[in-house]
Amino acid sequence: MKRASLVFTLALAAGLSSQAATAQTLKTVKDRGMLSCGVGQGLPGFSSPDDKGNWTGIDVDVCRAIAAAIFNDASKVKFVPLSAKDRFTALQSGEIDVLSRNTTWTLSRDTSLGANFTGVTYYDGQGFMVKKSLKVNSALELNSASVCVQTGTTTEQNLADYFKSNNMKYEVIAFGTADEAVKAYESGRCDVFTTDVSGLYAERLKLANPADHAVLPEIISKEPLGPMVRHGDDQWFDIVKWVLFAMVNAEELGITRKNVDEMAKSDKPELRRVFGTEGNLGEQLGLTKDWVSRIVKAVGNYGESFDRNVGAGSKLGIARGLNQLWNKGGIQYAPPIR
Amino acid sequence: MSIEPRAPPRQFVARLRHALGGRAGWGGFALQILFVAALAWIGYEIVANTRANLQSLGKTFGFEFLENTAGFDVSQNLIPYSRSDTYTRVFLVGLLNTLLVAVIGIFFATVIGFVIGLGRLSPNWLLSRISGGYVELVRNLPLLFQILFWYLAVLAALPNPRQSISLFGSFFLSNRGFVIPKPIGEPGLEPFALAVVAAIIGALLLRRYARRQLFDSGRMLTIWPYVLALLIGLPLLASLIFGAPVTFEFPELKGFNFSGGSRVIPEFVALTLALSIYTAAFIAEIVRAGILAVHKGQMEAGASLGLSRGSTLRLIVVPQALRVILPPLTNQYLNLTKNSSLAVAIGYPDLFSVFAGTTLSQTGQAIEILAITMGVYLLISLVTSAIMSFYGWRISRSLGA
Repeated sequence: MKRASLVFTLALAAGLSSQAATAQTLKTVKDRGMLSCGVGQGLPGFSSPDDKGNWTGIDVDVCRAIAAAIFNDASKVKFVPLSAKDRFTALQSGEIDVLSRNTTWTLSRDTSLGANFTGVTYYDGQGFMVKKSLKVNSALELNSASVCVQTGTTTEQNLADYFKSNNMKYEVIAFGTADEAVKAYESGRCDVFTTDVSGLYAERLKLANPADHAVLPEIISKEPLGPMVRHGDDQWFDIVKWVLFAMVNAEELGITRKNVDEMAKSDKPELRRVFGTEGNLGEQLGLTKDWVSRIVKAVGNYGESFDRNVGAGSKLGIARGLNQLWNKGGIQYAPPIR
Repeated sequence: MSIEPRAPPRQFVARLRHALGGRAGWGGFALQILFVAALAWIGYEIVANTRANLQSLGKTFGFEFLENTAGFDVSQNLIPYSRSDTYTRVFLVGLLNTLLVAVIGIFFATVIGFVIGLGRLSPNWLLSRISGGYVELVRNLPLLFQILFWYLAVLAALPNPRQSISLFGSFFLSNRGFVIPKPIGEPGLEPFALAVVAAIIGALLLRRYARRQLFDSGRMLTIWPYVLALLIGLPLLASLIFGAPVTFEFPELKGFNFSGGSRVIPEFVALTLALSIYTAAFIAEIVRAGILAVHKGQMEAGASLGLSRGSTLRLIVVPQALRVILPPLTNQYLNLTKNSSLAVAIGYPDLFSVFAGTTLSQTGQAIEILAITMGVYLLISLVTSAIMSFYGWRISRSLGA
């Protein structure tokens, strides 16, 4: 909220002004012995801490995978919970090394924020949640509704576009954090809560009576969610990008947490390149030869991470859908490791 | 050993030394130079590093972004606004929302503060204890907590729009806010407004005449029936001649919400309520301190003249206390205005929320936006201070101090 944003604002002013431009994020991270990773403030499936302070989620796994690739220790991550409004400022100021917080990749964010997206961890779309008692079956029936939303998101803008293009009136109430928005929705201030569909399912779990609330069928936007890094450090950009690609490639090649040691002994050229027994691809990135097996041992391949956090193996139970591999009917695709 | 008389220092050098270094002389002068140099160096470093860092991020500095389309909606706008307006417009909408909360909050905080402050000094045991309890309770709880409390309390207490509490079928209270008929100006509005202004001027002139009579010849004139007749009669006459000044658009429940009418949103109510109640606790203490600072002989003097306690307070004590009250009161007004930026927690679209929040995160122009926002809060504060200083100056003058 205000305190937090003030801190980041000041951190930005201080960060932008005090430290001389550093382009060596990898070295900074290694010297610190810790990766500083910006995550959400508690969105089940993506990034949420349990009662002992252990973070889990698909966004969290990306942080852990990067830490594993660098330190061979997935626990060397400092998680920095950020609201949607403060996340970019925290990245720009150098408070965090990478932002992995269900952030939608858009053109304006790719350019004006001084940061780059490194890939897509989750293909999402925006939807609406309403109370079943309202007996609404379609988003097109929402004329004159009050809508709760988290400020500083693409969701807020899509919402304006959607109601405008469908000639519907509405009232928007924008809150600093998702929790506040959901609380206001639950208390009856709003008829509708809107965010990415995965987020709707996750937030619904936290409501008093999840069964009283329905997610409407309309998906009103494309929301490719992915990690972000600062402009000006291409090596770091490559590392974060390829850590995610490595997870996707591992799934495609059938490398799992269980069989990773078996597979590493394989003499197939493709697997030998991936595991670094042939060539020095990992070292070209600034990592070690065994970077892929480090990542898979820590968090598993992309599919394992998906299932554990948001998919069939989790409370959310979201189907793979678009996030299935490209050769299995989805659009998750990674360039080859060679 | 003979003592040589010291040659008197040359007048000019001594003066220069004193002017530059104060009592510490040249040493103090050197310190000041060092201090200024250090400040200049820090300033230079800030600017140079910011520039270098912005460059390495590939970002440009400038205010062109203000002309871009905002693309998001705002729940309360005092001026017409839609998603296709520019960020400049967003800025104005946010600024007006902040000023609205500040002005109304200051008004209520002052009223409640004076009542509680005077109540605490009251000889009535119950009243003074209740006032004391209010102050201790309210000023010791964090403001953000109070804002959330009032917001959730207000929301929890109110029904949904379909079951809203209705007054005369045209005022509706629900968790969507308080909906009232919306006045729409008619041709009769201008003469009506003129009549109101004329009536107020007439009433003021009457009062002045009555006072002069009182001071010059000691005659007490009863003027209130005339004032009342003027204030009601003149506008009534105007609307009879020129037609009704306004007609009302009545709210109607359509779908999820009321359409038509004007609406006060619950976020505004909760924020204003919390800010007023919180700041009033501090103002109450300031008022109490100010009144206690007036010698108790003044109260006794009033009593010995046969004035009631209320009249003594109003005519003798409070005017003197105001001189003491005003400077810290100004502080509280400034605090209230600045605290209004906590609005983002309950979704009230104030300047900090829509401009330094949403606009900042959409455009990434952090330095520009923060500079503008800081400048605006500074300006609001300076204007408030100036108004209060002017008021203080008038009080001092009228007290002949």
